[in-house]
Amino acid sequence: MTTVTARALIRTEAAGGGRTRLETLRSDPPLTLRQTGPRRVHLVSTGAGPLRGDHLELGVDVAPGTSLEVRSVGATLVLPGLADAPSVMVVRARVGAGATLHFSPEPTVLAAGCAHRLVVRLSLAEDANVFWREEIVFGRHGERPGRGHARFDATVAGRPLLRQDLLVGEETVDDSPAVHGDARCVGSTLIAGPAWAPPAVTDVKRERRAVLGDGWAALPLAGPGVQVCALGADAVQLRVRLRHGEEAATASAPGAPPTGPHRP
Amino acid sequence: MNGDAALLLLADSRLPAGGHAHSGGVEEAVRRGAVTGAGDLARFLRGRLATAGLVTAALAAAACELAASETAPVAGPGTAPRTGPATGPATGPATGPGTAMDGGGRDGQDGWELGAAHDPGAPPPGDTADTVSLWRRLDAEADARTASPAQREAARLQGRLLLRTARRMWPSAALDTLARAVPEGPHHPVALGAAAASAGCAPRQAALAAAYTSVTGPATAAVRLLGLDPVTVHRLLADLATALDDTARAACASLDDAIPEDDEPEECGHQGPQPGRPPAGHAAEQAAEQAAGHAAGHAVEHAAGHVAGHAAWQARWHARWHALPGHSAPALDLLAEGHLTNPMKLFVS
Amino acid sequence: MGAYHDDLHDAAEPHGRALRLGIGGPVGSGKTALVAALCRSLGPSLRLAVVTNDIYTTEDADFLRRAGVIDPERILAVQTGCCPHTAIRDDIAANLDAVETLEERFGPLDLVIVESGGDNLTATFSRGLADRQIFVLDVSGGDKVPRKGGPGVTSADLLVVNKTDLAPMVGADLTVMSRDAAAVRDGKPVLFTSIREDRGAHSVAEWATHMVDAWQREHGEPHHHAAHHTARNATEQAAQQAPAS
Repeated sequence: MTTVTARALIRTEAAGGGRTRLETLRSDPPLTLRQTGPRRVHLVSTGAGPLRGDHLELGVDVAPGTSLEVRSVGATLVLPGLADAPSVMVVRARVGAGATLHFSPEPTVLAAGCAHRLVVRLSLAEDANVFWREEIVFGRHGERPGRGHARFDATVAGRPLLRQDLLVGEETVDDSPAVHGDARCVGSTLIAGPAWAPPAVTDVKRERRAVLGDGWAALPLAGPGVQVCALGADAVQLRVRLRHGEEAATASAPGAPPTGPHRP
Repeated sequence: MNGDAALLLLADSRLPAGGHAHSGGVEEAVRRGAVTGAGDLARFLRGRLATAGLVTAALAAAACELAASETAPVAGPGTAPRTGPATGPATGPATGPGTAMDGGGRDGQDGWELGAAHDPGAPPPGDTADTVSLWRRLDAEADARTASPAQREAARLQGRLLLRTARRMWPSAALDTLARAVPEGPHHPVALGAAAASAGCAPRQAALAAAYTSVTGPATAAVRLLGLDPVTVHRLLADLATALDDTARAACASLDDAIPEDDEPEECGHQGPQPGRPPAGHAAEQAAEQAAGHAAGHAVEHAAGHVAGHAAWQARWHARWHALPGHSAPALDLLAEGHLTNPMKLFVS
Repeated sequence: MGAYHDDLHDAAEPHGRALRLGIGGPVGSGKTALVAALCRSLGPSLRLAVVTNDIYTTEDADFLRRAGVIDPERILAVQTGCCPHTAIRDDIAANLDAVETLEERFGPLDLVIVESGGDNLTATFSRGLADRQIFVLDVSGGDKVPRKGGPGVTSADLLVVNKTDLAPMVGADLTVMSRDAAAVRDGKPVLFTSIREDRGAHSVAEWATHMVDAWQREHGEPHHHAAHHTARNATEQAAQQAPAS
């Protein structure tokens, strides 16, 4: 069986009057894109996978002053396949000045035997806004998860905002009370923009306080953003917990633009 | 001088730098029943080392490398001037104890020795503002890898205390610059790396000290909190010895991963003139950001062609830190924040 | 913060700074009550700040704040991770940081009191942290405690025996305590008090005032340590000139 390489691209442009136009919507199966609203695109998976050896890339370029919402029709099921190399999904997103990106695909499920690498590079202009949710499910019901490594890099005007690796299915972290505990899925949402900038430092650096719930926390970052992190026994519980955190994060910045969760 | 003895001092739990008051999440894990005995603790420590331990090891190695590039340590009271790390990280031990113990079998291509070929080198003469801003940038890289404000606060407190102790034990210009650069206190691994360089340690030794303290503090806390047999717990630490070596090795290797293998030059078309770019004045940042997306040599040329030499030099350092590990541990984040809500806590963190 | 004083060779360069007074003693002997009493008595005449070393979180600090004897901002709590004696003797970094933070925020100060967490008879303050120290006992521990000695009883600059009002009820003989203490303390003072009856612990306050006076005669009037702020201003200026990072 052969492996697949695909590169898809979404690009917006300002259409006058504060409106957004989709300047480019380039599908590359199995990464198939459908416009489902004036400023909304759904990722429609065509074919199973990704499988080991596949290399998929999605470029997202949100032009200054425009806004874009990216979702997916269903969960991504990552499967083993025959190749030795891991499957790779790279998302490069750039959000311009005054632009807004809402990115919330359905969960990635790491089926037993898979090896998956997810790489996100999110580059924000100084006053860009973003809502970016990631959910990872440790295997289908009752199975051991495959191996997954997600790397997330977000910068604001070139400065690091959030850099994280998340490992799943590794002996060192599985079942560790320090990492995932007894959770079966993990998720995080980055909500960032000028409204979440920390107050100007005057004398002593004082951290903003997190909001803590059952299995979730809304963590104010050192830079202009909040990360919601959550652990869950299943995808439903994870989503509920993330939503609680997202609401808390949104509430922490009165007057913030509506990057918060819409109903799915 | 190869830094081995200094490494022992630096990693000793009796180093008077405030470490004894931190449990690394263990106190809250115990309170919540997530750690109840030696079995849980073993899994806790292993997971902590693979996440927070690796991240702090990499940051410590980066800080050690930066500090060593800066200046020679100044003479302390009654000591001769040191010359060890001042000639750059490449003068670290050519055959460290780690390589000796594991037979050197893993050293083939993993960038484990930090060579001068990779190190962006000493600053251009005469501008300390440059090194101040580099220290801030490295500290910001630590911030970006620490989502939990409770953990950032604990890391800064420990870093501040370590810095005050290290400045008296191993006075150096690098420690002074770091103190000026981050007056509220640098992240602990940043202070640890700078202290290690000032003490004559190589980046690998700084990484090993960071990895080691990332598990020994929590282990000691568990002994106190759960009344565990201290020998049982030290057996757990002994079982982690290989993992500690591997963590330090991986941490150093990550410094030479400045360009991730999956981040090749763009081909899908959205790398053209960039919308939303900051205006002029952010040239160094742009250069650094470019460096993350291109081959290193390309970025260097690119930067040098457009901005002053100082900015290019800074960009080379920045690019070195982009790909440092950021292994997150959601449970540790939740534990750290939960700890703050405990009105009866014994440990700071 | 405290890590940024220019002098690196001594923990506590004495010139022109507040006297640092450690108060130690066993659990329940009345350390926190004594700190509150000193704040009451000395507050009107001396510029004070307090560092507490609680066993559990900020309980002692909270007690002092509620007592209303000192501006709550002038109290900092240090946590000690189950080992209160470590934080005042073996690893004093967190306490020094707290002391210097208070001096920077509220300085110049005349007196910084560092209250240890309740510990045993061997716990004493490092000279790197406290310039003078008081050890507090109470009569309910039994009148044999001074005879048993221990570093706290023998070496403290002042031994305070508290709760003298309870002596008849617990069968403690104050003259025995006084005689035994004198025998092991080599002429250093011992004061008997009942802070419950003397809310200002006036005899102890008088001793502390003498200590502060002597300290200032020897080391000069406290003045604000500007070095840190100067350095920070210089750093900020440098940052404005450097590219943002």
